[in-house]
Order: sequence, then structure tokens, then C-alpha cells
Amino acid sequence: MTELERRLARPPASAPFDARAATTVLAQRATEAGLADVAYGWLDSPLGKLIVAVTPRGLVRIAYEREAEEDVLQELAEGVSPRVLRAPERTDSARRELEGYFAGTLRRFDLPIDWSLVHGFAVGVLKATARVPFGHVATYGEMAASAGSPRAARAAGNALHINPIPIVVPCHRIVPASGGIGGYGGGEDRKRFLLDLEGAFPA
Amino acid sequence: MRLPPFQSLVDVHAAELHRFLVASVGPTEAEDCLQETLLSALRAYPRLRDASHLRAWLYTIAQHKATDAVRRNVRHRAEDLDGINPGHLSEPPHEAADEELWTRVRALPAKQRAAVIHRFVFDLAYKEIGLRSGTTEEAARQNVATGLRRLRMEVDR
Repeated sequence: MTELERRLARPPASAPFDARAATTVLAQRATEAGLADVAYGWLDSPLGKLIVAVTPRGLVRIAYEREAEEDVLQELAEGVSPRVLRAPERTDSARRELEGYFAGTLRRFDLPIDWSLVHGFAVGVLKATARVPFGHVATYGEMAASAGSPRAARAAGNALHINPIPIVVPCHRIVPASGGIGGYGGGEDRKRFLLDLEGAFPA
Repeated sequence: MRLPPFQSLVDVHAAELHRFLVASVGPTEAEDCLQETLLSALRAYPRLRDASHLRAWLYTIAQHKATDAVRRNVRHRAEDLDGINPGHLSEPPHEAADEELWTRVRALPAKQRAAVIHRFVFDLAYKEIGLRSGTTEEAARQNVATGLRRLRMEVDR
């Protein structure tokens, strides 16, 4: 190695790289340029940490901790747009409403929904579910009927199980006609907690 | 084709790109250059056909942004070079000398500049340099050699 090469191997001193600041600036500039197709942040809730993702059209995804963050972001990249950015402040309105809901001060979400991750029969089922009010429950069969297939209770259950926007699209309010609280994509304990919170625990 | 969420590219590559840009354009400009690189990449990202060379793709964009920045500052840089006189600077002499060397590295033609930085700052083999700059191992070797020859002439002058 020559003296010149030795000197080149000692790069110039520089300020340390601030990854967090760089991400924040990028999110701002991308939003201004209309390039932040999907923005996500987190919320600490009584049901654990939630991932909250929004698009310019509305709330597109809420994920419980039991789903790996990597998988959730990959799903958004493939199902909505690969322009997925960490931009927690973009999710503020959704996070505020969720906080109000968990605090018991908000009974009806007033958030635009982006249904991009919902397809086929599930669209009708989840839109019907979104109309079931706070503190009430309905059955899988009723949701199937609302979506146009009264006998497709099981298919409605499957659609609800993979609801991409739990809590806000209140799939926890849908229970079996035969009694009990039924299953829940986020785990039965969470479903019980939410029904309890709403005072809607079915007898 | 499965493109990963863009944020994961930022998380994995931004620090390294920043280091590359500090060497390419200097610490003051590196941050802006990085943002321009990431924003350009984000803009083009959904149209990308091949997800297997994302790092090389990012480096290519960074190299272009660095070249733009160097061009913008060409007059500036010439003044810097004229003004350098180690004897009159307060820093220890070897630091001043290195500052001069890096100013000259930044003034190299784009491909030579990137190749020299990949080779010496990142200690990469020629094959890897070729991959990162979207060219061949042979071209990378050539760019490093030409860049070095030029630097040696200027520094020893």
C-alpha cells in the first residue's frame, strides 16, 4: 500500500449519522411531494402495542403485536404500495381516536377508511360490521346476510378473522348465534376485553 | 415481484449511503444529498422491475446526486483548492493535508470518485465495487487505477 492509499483509507471526519432525524425529514418531504403512499406509527394500548397505518385515503391497517411488524409492512408494500414510510405524526388523528376509545371517552370512530386490503366477499361483510354500534353485538349470519349471502356465516367469520382494521372496524362485536363470544384474529382475550370495555358482554 | 417496504431500505442502507456521500461531497452537503437520493429512489421505487439489486440501485442514485452537488459547487471548490495553504491553518498539518486530498477526491470524474471511495473508504474488492456501481469488475479496477494516478499527480505536484 502506498502512502496515498493509506491516507485514502482514513476517510474525513464527519458528524455522526442521525438515522431518526433522516427518517423524519424524509417522511416530511415525501408527504409534501405526495410520495408517502403508506405512513405508519405505533400506539401503546391496553391491548399492547398497535401498528397504525394510514394512506392519503384513510386508515388502512391496525395490527396487534402478535403479527410481526416485518410481515405487516410487507403486506402493506404488496397490497397497497411499496412506498411505505415510518411517519408517526401522519397517524396522529387515528391514534388520538383510538386513545379516546380505550379511555372510554369515544364511542364512535370518525375516521375515513381505506379498504385497499379488503377484497371480494369480505368488503360487504366488513362494511356491514363497521355499522354495528358501540356496545352492541351481531351474529356472523347477520353479517353474511348484510353482505348478500345469508347462508355464508362461516365465510363471514373467515373474513372477520383477517379484518385488516380491527377495533375501528369492530369485528369484536360479531359473535356466534349459538352463544359464546366466538373467535378473534387478535386472540379471544382481546375480544373479551373489548366487549367488556363496551359493556356488551353477551350473556 | 416482492418489493420490500421502502422504509426497510432506509433502515438498512441510509447510514452507509451517508458515509459514502460524506466521502463524495463532504460532511456539510452529505445530508442534503442523502435526502435527495432517498426522495428520488422513493419516487421511482414502484416502477422498479428488479428487486435483487436494491443496494446497487441506491448507490447509483447517490452517485448521481453527488455528481450534481459537485457540479453545483465547482466554483466553490476551485476557490477551496486555491485557498489551501497548510502552513496558515490552525489544525495539525496532516489534517489539513487530508482535507486537501479529499477535496481533490471529490473533484474526480464521477465514476473514478465513486470507485476510489468504494475501494478505500469501504475497503471493497473490485468485484463488489462493480456490483455497487452497476458496472464490471474490470471497469471498477480501471476507475480506481485512473483515479489514483490522477490523485498522485495532483498531490505530488
